[in-house]
Amino acid sequence: MPHTGVPARDRRIWEHPILTFRRDKKVRFYFEGVEVEAYEGESIAAALYAIGVDVFSYSIKLSRPRGAFCMIGKCSSCFMRVDGIPNTRTCIEPVREGMKVERQYGLAEVPSFSREEAGGEEVIETDVLVIGGGPAGLSAALTTAKYGLDTVLVNEHFKLGGQLLKQTHKFFGSKDLFGGLRGFQIGERLSGMVLEHKNIRVLLQTVAYGIFRGGWVGLAGKNRLYRVRPKAVVVASGASENYLVFQGNDIPGVMGAGGAQTLMNEYGILPGNEVVTVGSGNVGLIVSYQLLQAGASVKAIVEILPEIGGWFVHAAKVRRYGVPILTRHTLRAVWGGERVEGATIVEVDRRFRPIPGTEKDISCDLVLIAVGLTPDTRLFAQAGAVMKWVPELGGSVPLRTKYLEVSVPSMYVAGDASGIEEATTAILEGEVAGLSVVSKLQGLKADAAERRERLLRFLWDGYRASPLLSRARAGKEAVTVSEGEMSEVRRRYPPITSFG
Amino acid sequence: MKLGGGTHQLLHSGDGMAGESPSFRSAGIVTVENLRRLGLAPPENRMRRGPVAVVECPEFIPCNICVDACPFRAISMNKITDLPRIDWELCTGCGTCVALCPGLAIFVVDLSKPDKALVTVPHEFLPAPEVGEEVWLLGRDGRRLGKGKVVRVWERNKTWVVTVEVPKNLAMEVRAVWVER
Ligand code: SF4
Ligand code: SF4
Repeated sequence: MPHTGVPARDRRIWEHPILTFRRDKKVRFYFEGVEVEAYEGESIAAALYAIGVDVFSYSIKLSRPRGAFCMIGKCSSCFMRVDGIPNTRTCIEPVREGMKVERQYGLAEVPSFSREEAGGEEVIETDVLVIGGGPAGLSAALTTAKYGLDTVLVNEHFKLGGQLLKQTHKFFGSKDLFGGLRGFQIGERLSGMVLEHKNIRVLLQTVAYGIFRGGWVGLAGKNRLYRVRPKAVVVASGASENYLVFQGNDIPGVMGAGGAQTLMNEYGILPGNEVVTVGSGNVGLIVSYQLLQAGASVKAIVEILPEIGGWFVHAAKVRRYGVPILTRHTLRAVWGGERVEGATIVEVDRRFRPIPGTEKDISCDLVLIAVGLTPDTRLFAQAGAVMKWVPELGGSVPLRTKYLEVSVPSMYVAGDASGIEEATTAILEGEVAGLSVVSKLQGLKADAAERRERLLRFLWDGYRASPLLSRARAGKEAVTVSEGEMSEVRRRYPPITSFG
Repeated sequence: MKLGGGTHQLLHSGDGMAGESPSFRSAGIVTVENLRRLGLAPPENRMRRGPVAVVECPEFIPCNICVDACPFRAISMNKITDLPRIDWELCTGCGTCVALCPGLAIFVVDLSKPDKALVTVPHEFLPAPEVGEEVWLLGRDGRRLGKGKVVRVWERNKTWVVTVEVPKNLAMEVRAVWVER
């Protein structure tokens, strides 16, 4: 590229042991006025990162460079001006021929026009609205559709599949639960079934922005507004990655582990060459292993606790290739200008205080933050569902019956939004929620009821009985109430809206 | 609210590693003694008779993929959260479970040859090893323990199953290979 302002690197992965990246059609667009190339199906943020762009904007007060962090539309780190519209989430906006993308400097101006022809407004009457197109939402929608219910599925991203799309490892569990397949293979399978199903209408790049009196839900699509009045709603809005406080934590190259995973496994773009991972839970371990597979070197995984957080089998996979897992260590600082250049780690004592003199500098260009997730439960809070703060589940989540109905009648929760677990349990919860909707709308059908009980038994007495999942299980127990207790909750805190 | 709480408590008392957590929880490396104690590694004399699986899956993860994977029904479980139980006599060392285990936790060891041991490991890195090639032998901590010749390679859903020759004393140490071309 003949321009000085645009770094011309190629961070795309062209050979990968597990994945094949389809790069069929080139798309040209403008970045800071310079023509750049991308591939169809890439997000703007991914396409820019691929050619070496680390800085997407400069912060409002201190003009600090801002880079990619979560890559799934949940953080705001990738806001840019796209065709004149500021604050566009470039990580979930696909590249289009001829589009103009610019960095933002400071607070954006309010746009005085809309990007596309406004497509007006539509009122949708439907049986079921499913919010979220990840494992839980897909599984819920397939279940309600299977029983003949008209189902609308909304998804913020331009692709279905949620976090399944970036899971390259084979899933645990059992054969009849997709176990043994790789996550992205499960994602492709579920998304394909949803897209083909005649009872499901899929609205991509559409945000459920609010729940209103009388059971109305507001949706904002790319160029169209929808008002939906469903007989039941399943909210499977997922989670966002947690952040960590340390010096230099905003330097581009400090990235959520999931964000890095999106770049490398969904788009085939290497997020960095030399990596320090913070947090040894399953996410930190798995993403570190995947970075090795993509060709990066993982210099260390630091863990503040005296033990590895994730499963032994995941730890063993990175240890075998020489990655040190430093327990009782934490990150002190990260340094660099417009890109991370290194990190200082430090040992901690039994009370997690840094031990002076144990600091070590590690040169690296990527610092992965893998310190857990927070459920995205904003719609429940807004709808007035009774919530409970449960540290084991990652934050505030709605109380629910074992059939996953929350205190707002005919509103259901499934997946990480119900408390952080994993994709397998999300698929199970999605189906349970779907079957509960079926029972509610069609009366208790013997086969649906029987299947639901079987799933619940497996979920609680099978899968979650693993001692490795006891924390999450305890969390889920703490927010699961009986039908009687739920009636009492509703009597004390009358719902401000309801569906059905 | 408790839903079918019983099983849950049972697991905690009967998991065979009460008290202090085992060293692999902080090291990320399991010892052969630990594996033997949990019934996950075959006895020495079984390995001398021919290839047999070593299942390095010491926690009670909710998974039973290996049970369904084994064509000889050598692995069993009552519950999905049990440790895999291997019948060393039924196991032929075929390596199917090496390819299918999502934890990449299963290996095959064969001590029946006079001069060398054969170790079979899962491999998910490029380049894939080729038969006849000398590759680095890696220990559980990633240390390079020497080089060994690849004698067999096959693949299932992008997991390569690689059998290498290793010095006999390293049969229970080599757990990965690395190709350097
Ligand atoms: S090596 Fe073959 S026979 Fe032995 S447990 Fe594995 S799959 Fe079964
Ligand atoms: S398939 Fe692998 S991870 Fe699953 S239980 Fe068997 S040995 Fe453990």
